[in-house]
Amino acid sequence: MGPSLSSFAHGLAGGVMIGCAAAAMLLLLGRIAGVSGLAAQAFGLSDRGSQLLAAAFIFALPAGAALAKLAGAAPVEASFPSLPYLVVGGLFVGFGARLGSGCTSGHGVCGVSRLSKRSLVATAAFMATGMLTVAAMRAAGAGW
Amino acid sequence: MIRAALIALACGLLFGAGLAVSGMTNPARVIGFLDIAGAFDPTLAFVMLGALAPMSLAWRLKARMERPLAAQKFTVPTATVLDAPLVIGALLFGVGWGVTGLCPGPALTNLALSPLPAAVFVSAMASGMALYRMLRPNAPSTPQE
Repeated sequence: MGPSLSSFAHGLAGGVMIGCAAAAMLLLLGRIAGVSGLAAQAFGLSDRGSQLLAAAFIFALPAGAALAKLAGAAPVEASFPSLPYLVVGGLFVGFGARLGSGCTSGHGVCGVSRLSKRSLVATAAFMATGMLTVAAMRAAGAGW
Repeated sequence: MIRAALIALACGLLFGAGLAVSGMTNPARVIGFLDIAGAFDPTLAFVMLGALAPMSLAWRLKARMERPLAAQKFTVPTATVLDAPLVIGALLFGVGWGVTGLCPGPALTNLALSPLPAAVFVSAMASGMALYRMLRPNAPSTPQE
């Protein structure tokens, strides 16, 4: 459950898979694999892009995870926050990603690898508030 | 269009499988990375490292290409100005990320692994996106990056 050589190896391998998927989106389709933008398009909450293409990508995310799990390649343990945290966090993540033009995939992976100034700033900003939020919740004893 | 959708489907499968393999579908592990003052878990840094390597190469290849291999043109972000929406949006995003340990990719991916909490989070996330669309219906929509 905690950090270990196995978790690092899984992280690195999974990361390469994510990076290759994003690279294929760019080189084959000429598009950024930004999950928040594609999700908004798939949900009909954006005017840009192709809804069919976005829906195909978004539908495939859980399908790919299910395949990885079937193959026994994915760690199974996971613990989730309780309902109020999920609702509040989800609202912030959805609104913030749209206002900020991206999330961990679009800014964090695709933009940072391009050395985009906007993405470097956005990634630093959400890592900072992410760390501050976790520290504040710890200090307030507001665990899940 | 069908071909493009099938390619997107294949990319999504690899992306979702990668997220599951990486362990980032476990919110506790993401919180561990953000918890620098507590039980710090650097696993997320390995995921980023692994993802940035092929993607950096892809940007270099892209610079030598006239057009993508299976589409008419590249549709990538062109904005370079640091503006308030970018920064405020990212700051708010980080708060939600810190509260839950979930961001859009792992949340959607978890619809297959932990359907109940994932569905709650994804519904709230879609509501947040809808709220943004209501408040800024004519926003100059910068491409995703």
